[in-house]
Amino acid sequence: MREMGRRSEGADHPFKAMPADEGSPAPAPRLTWANLWGTPTVLVTRTGQRDVITAACPVAIGLGLHLGMAAAHARALVADLEVREAEPQKDRAWLDRLALHAVRHWTPGASVSGDDGLWLDLSGTSHLFGGEERFCRRLLRFLARLGFSAQIAIAGAPGAANAMARHGGKAITLVHPGREADAIASLPLEALRLTPDVLTAAARVGLERIADLYPMPRGPLAKRFGIATVTRLDQARGIVAEPIVPVVPFETPQAERRLLEPIGTAEAIAQVIGDLVDDLMGQLQERRLGLRTALLTCLVVDGGQQRIGIGTAKASRDARHLKRMLAMRIDRIDPGLGIEAMTLVAPRVEDLQPEAIAAKLGTGDRPAELAPLVDQLSGRIEPQGLFRIEPKESDVPERATRRVDPLSKPTGWPAWKRPVRLLARPEPLARVMALLPDAPPRRFEWRGASYQVASGEGPERIHGEWWRNEREMWAVRDYFMVEAQTGERFWLFRRGDGVEPPTGDLSWYLHGLFG
Amino acid sequence: MSLPSAFPAASRDQLDALRAELSSARRLRGPALPFGVPMLDDRLAAQGLDGAGLHEIAAASSRLGDDAAASLFAAGIAARFADQGNFTVLWALSRFDLYAPGLEQVGLAPSQLLYAQGRNDQEVLAVAEDALRDGSLACVIAEVKAADMTATRRLQLATSDGKTPMLLYRRHRARDHCPLTQNSSAMTRWRIGCLPSLPLPHPGVGRSRWSVELVRQRGGNPFSLDLDACDDKGCLAHPALSADRAIASAGKASRVA
Repeated sequence: MREMGRRSEGADHPFKAMPADEGSPAPAPRLTWANLWGTPTVLVTRTGQRDVITAACPVAIGLGLHLGMAAAHARALVADLEVREAEPQKDRAWLDRLALHAVRHWTPGASVSGDDGLWLDLSGTSHLFGGEERFCRRLLRFLARLGFSAQIAIAGAPGAANAMARHGGKAITLVHPGREADAIASLPLEALRLTPDVLTAAARVGLERIADLYPMPRGPLAKRFGIATVTRLDQARGIVAEPIVPVVPFETPQAERRLLEPIGTAEAIAQVIGDLVDDLMGQLQERRLGLRTALLTCLVVDGGQQRIGIGTAKASRDARHLKRMLAMRIDRIDPGLGIEAMTLVAPRVEDLQPEAIAAKLGTGDRPAELAPLVDQLSGRIEPQGLFRIEPKESDVPERATRRVDPLSKPTGWPAWKRPVRLLARPEPLARVMALLPDAPPRRFEWRGASYQVASGEGPERIHGEWWRNEREMWAVRDYFMVEAQTGERFWLFRRGDGVEPPTGDLSWYLHGLFG
Repeated sequence: MSLPSAFPAASRDQLDALRAELSSARRLRGPALPFGVPMLDDRLAAQGLDGAGLHEIAAASSRLGDDAAASLFAAGIAARFADQGNFTVLWALSRFDLYAPGLEQVGLAPSQLLYAQGRNDQEVLAVAEDALRDGSLACVIAEVKAADMTATRRLQLATSDGKTPMLLYRRHRARDHCPLTQNSSAMTRWRIGCLPSLPLPHPGVGRSRWSVELVRQRGGNPFSLDLDACDDKGCLAHPALSADRAIASAGKASRVA
């Protein structure tokens, strides 16, 4: 039972209950699909000196905002307007993904249309989805799940479909074959994908609807507005063909062998691996790709799968090398009752074009290619065990190096005297006798042995990195190279410069060994 | 009656054939890498280090100073092997305590040096053998605590297969127990220790000196020399004349500056 107000119980601090950022405006709530259409939202892009609206939500359009309006004007008209930056690259990435999805799921002929549309060539595929009408509804539902609204038009000519979808105003429009001209007759001229100056010129002579162009003689029309206008009109009416160039999805290179009889011996597996690698290398050669990762899947008779993977340090098409790397891992495959099918997939490939031979042609030794060796060694030890050492911008010795991957080309360090072996942690010295502030010690004890110093060099002063933490703010190390009378050479340091107490406590450490 | 004198002509032919075979084999193995120190090169059977052979290096004692000297000796040799065309050196080891800036100062630039860290001696030896057989490296250094006759035999075969020199660096396992007492099929076996350096006329530390002891070599006698340590190209040097060395005992205390 706790009783409030007892003296032993500390009272809360009066300001503790307050939020930390009292007074600052509340953080904007996260934008979700639920609240997105509640407030009028527009997307803006900076053009020249002003922000221009490039997209507006239905609520905003209902309030009288339109595309091309200046953002400042829109803000003045609508008080609680949500203004966000347009991200055309991300929109484009979405469209590309949608086009790829369309190619994989709906029709092989699909591509991106403009900044906000998709072409789908439905010839011969709509029956797979139960007809055009059902396909459209299904597409709308799919897009709604993703959070998109859409207008779909299906017509015999791409131009007509484009006009109906972008300017028809209905979610689903089906144009019967041969009736394209009638269907688009009442649409404005912009629906024909004409250039802006043609539209201006047409407006000047009073042409507004597509139907206005039908009775005009083609010769004067082409003379006045250009042949492109006539072509666009013909494309929309289905008189001139307009093929859709489909996007081609990237197919992962893979090779497969189904075996007549289950195999189980290492030699047989190696043989099949060799065949698979040859098949895969043929594909890669054709497509000018190099392999970075390969995955070998063995289907065992009882239904299980055995997988082994390899990676290469550099894109490679060298069949011999890959066979050897896979052969090194054959012992990890457990064939069980036998393997009946094997698949080799290259999930990660890179462009590998022919390379010009370096200019030293014929003058003798070129450095041999290291990548095959690196691959082979990283199969023996763990991959991070293979590395080079690269300089890092730091004067503190233990921070001056960094491990990098084995095929990089690191540069060197400044030519200060440095030991060949560095202790993992500096080890404290005992019974050090040294003159302050800048003389190397005369004698010291380390690991139980006593050393008389014959000669020494130093100090090399290394300051702490004050931007890292508080303790290194004033810290100083004075490094000395000393030679003991036995000839051994040590790299010692003293914490502190010997004058200012905050720089260190004048303790001595051994950090490395020279030869 | 002695058999050889009965066929003098045939034996001369045989000898010539054998000599030709030997020289062709030598040519196939590539020239040995001389140290550039005449006193040292003259006493080596191959006039240098065999470019396709196994060489063992150990510190003279278990003290870390000698250990560092022996590492630098190995690094210097590797740097001179690598210097012949910007090739890469592989340093395989199981406990990483090398300091790359120090190795750069005997001629092993970081772009020339590839490290392979295994979990134990078996992995290190396997990596070294693979690297030797690959033949794309200038030199392979492996640091191990123990390698028996079988392991060194394998390495020796791999070096001659891949025409890559191998430096096996043996670390001390226990105090007062030299790792070179174990049998091995190495071409040469070296033991390196620190010596006090020559005094300088001014305060400071001079070039370090090592006692370089060739414990065993194929086709030659063991010997021991005191040499100046590796310079920034990895080359050893002949020590200064003995007349200068007499000063060493004189003003030792004054040199501690």
